[in-house]
Amino acid sequence: MVFVLNDFSQAFSKAIQLIFQLDPALLEIIGLSLRVSITAVLIASLIGLPLGAALALYKFYGRGIIVALLNAFMGLPPVVVGLVVYLILSRSGPLGVLGLLFTPTAMIIAQVCLITPIIAALTRQTILDANVEYHEQLRALGAKASRMMKTLLWETRFSLMTGVFAGFGRAIAEVGAVLIVGGNINHATRVMTTAIALETRKGDIELALALGIILITISLIVTSLVMSAKHAAYQYHS
Amino acid sequence: MLHTNIIANMNEVNALPLQVKNLQITKNGNVLLKDVTLSIESNNVTVILGPNGAGKSLLLRCAHGLENLSKGSLMWNTNIPQPQQSWRAYIFQKPVLLRRSVRANLEYVLSLHSINKANYASLIDAALKNTGLGQLADRNARVLSGGEQQRLNIARAWVLQPRVILLDEPTAELDPNGTAGIERLIMTIAQEGTKIIMSTHDLGQAHRLANDIVFLHQGRLIERTPAQSFFEQPQTKMAQDFIAGKLLNGE
Amino acid sequence: MKRVLTTILLILITMSVVIAEEESFITLSSTTSTDNSGLLDYLIPKFKDKTGIDVRVIAVGTGRALQLGERGDADLVLVHHKTSEVKFIENGFGIKRRDVMYNDYVIVGPKDDPANIKYLTKAVEAFKLISEHKVPFISRGDESGTHKKELELWSLAKIDIQKYSGDWYREAGAGMGATLNIANGMNAYTMTDRGTWLSFKNRDDLTLLFENDPPLFNQYGVILVNPERHEHIKYQQAKLFSDWLTSNEGQQAIAEFALENQQLFFPNAQREIATVETE
Repeated sequence: MVFVLNDFSQAFSKAIQLIFQLDPALLEIIGLSLRVSITAVLIASLIGLPLGAALALYKFYGRGIIVALLNAFMGLPPVVVGLVVYLILSRSGPLGVLGLLFTPTAMIIAQVCLITPIIAALTRQTILDANVEYHEQLRALGAKASRMMKTLLWETRFSLMTGVFAGFGRAIAEVGAVLIVGGNINHATRVMTTAIALETRKGDIELALALGIILITISLIVTSLVMSAKHAAYQYHS
Repeated sequence: MLHTNIIANMNEVNALPLQVKNLQITKNGNVLLKDVTLSIESNNVTVILGPNGAGKSLLLRCAHGLENLSKGSLMWNTNIPQPQQSWRAYIFQKPVLLRRSVRANLEYVLSLHSINKANYASLIDAALKNTGLGQLADRNARVLSGGEQQRLNIARAWVLQPRVILLDEPTAELDPNGTAGIERLIMTIAQEGTKIIMSTHDLGQAHRLANDIVFLHQGRLIERTPAQSFFEQPQTKMAQDFIAGKLLNGE
Repeated sequence: MKRVLTTILLILITMSVVIAEEESFITLSSTTSTDNSGLLDYLIPKFKDKTGIDVRVIAVGTGRALQLGERGDADLVLVHHKTSEVKFIENGFGIKRRDVMYNDYVIVGPKDDPANIKYLTKAVEAFKLISEHKVPFISRGDESGTHKKELELWSLAKIDIQKYSGDWYREAGAGMGATLNIANGMNAYTMTDRGTWLSFKNRDDLTLLFENDPPLFNQYGVILVNPERHEHIKYQQAKLFSDWLTSNEGQQAIAEFALENQQLFFPNAQREIATVETE
């Protein structure tokens, strides 16, 4: 136990040291992590929010299958997603000509595949619940179906934000998929999680743990930013 | 006239008479409205009266195009009702307000109909003033009191300057104070020349507001008379019992 | 509020714009051993200074490294398992294989050395003793060059190792570093390349027990991916790197690279062949 505590205190001081040195290699890795995951979340939201809302509001052929698939894909192991995206983007794969493998773009694509189902499924549930409350009223006010969808998305924005940030959490903490499609190339596709995996492999537990602490700190900062934005929005009107 | 002509052109329809012929609504094998035939011509306050389950709300919903008719017809002059028609508004017993400011709630309603944005401000200001919500314009609609919420609900109808407003038990959830406020509002709207059709199970309210009465019981039209004669000389046994405060039995 | 949200959104979008990279680079698939030791981090900047070409390294096992070449996802490979390399070339996936350097494997295990291999001189004997004592041995178990080498040594020692799989012989299915971490945790023996061992920091009770026997030597070769198979292969630039690795300058740089004052890789490119192929 003493031994473990010692490990953590060493890792902690190392993490603090790394942060305050503003180590350029570290900043590069953190920057890429954020860039990749934020882009992935933005794209996944652009797809997942309307998709989830449409699945909640419209009846169409194959809807049941899509919903079942979404729920199944929510728990998909990242490695499997990584492998599939790899096979598609590989030079021998169908999209090989684009030359996207081992680039940040490939990592973004993999993360979009991972988190779109999460955002879409949570959006569907949220919109389904909200629709019970709003449907009659919006209809009586004269809203048409497409406008109703937009209104419901906006009305439930705070709940939806939770889903979007669940997606961000999964994206930034994910290692399996980005390792396969990104390749963990130094100065090109190395992100926090793949760097942690690498340092663990090299037996540099201290540095790996320090990176882990930085990752958690960033997640905490992002989460609390969202919480305070939410709080501010509530305060604003009351 | 309050009608400032901003959207008067849009609402320049001859809404009346409302003509209902042999209307029937059947759901899951239950006949909820049966053989209702009536005509509403005059531009005043019509109250649909009756005990719970009489079919009052259903008749109002039909008039706003919210129900599929099983049999018969319902026409506003020559128009089949559809919720998108901006010359008519519908008010629920319990308002569902949007999670935004009072003003934004009114803006939203205007945005659903093709109204020139340049006119938003004056329309909204008028509606806020008329409903006494001016001080609360920037408040979040969701934190208003019950009475304030229902006033916003009415403002949301009024902002379109409609020809007709349908109200389904608008004071059922309010305390006497709130009820009085809403009733005053309804009277004002009616005096401004908007046709009011509202449902209630509250005899006193019907007495206070109604010019004429549509009395329903168990999905059937029992009496259709001017308010004064309804209360003074009810024609049917059922209406007499209802006015006397007796429980009504089935047929 | 709306303005704040819009600003935040704009910042995020600007941050996340993927900047098109104009830089010239080639992709090298190599083994974790060369990458983890820091050798490539040492060599690549020198090559880049000279040619302006960056080398992006995908560090995986030998099997996977060759597969990346086969699929056209790498421009050249630097691996260390001759049998697989020859097969790779015979199948037409690669051309112009050149020896670059060798390093060696060592056997590490718990300090108290329960199998008593410390004073042996033959690697095969060490493997026999480990199996006789049935002390835990962690294998990479990932079809990597190191794994294949280890299997060769078991068969040289005439031990049918699959019989003991799951018993005292454990297949990790992991990279070298991860395997060392497991060996540390289980007080087990394992075979590792010297480079990974020297740069490995989480040793605790693990110590080097056996080294310096020719069967443990490990030859590295560089192979260019066949451009006739994949049009997009940056063949000319990849060849520049292969030429440089086997040139006097590259070979000297390899010899210079040291970890804890120990030379890890021993250059042994055959100059004459290299010259012929450079033309």
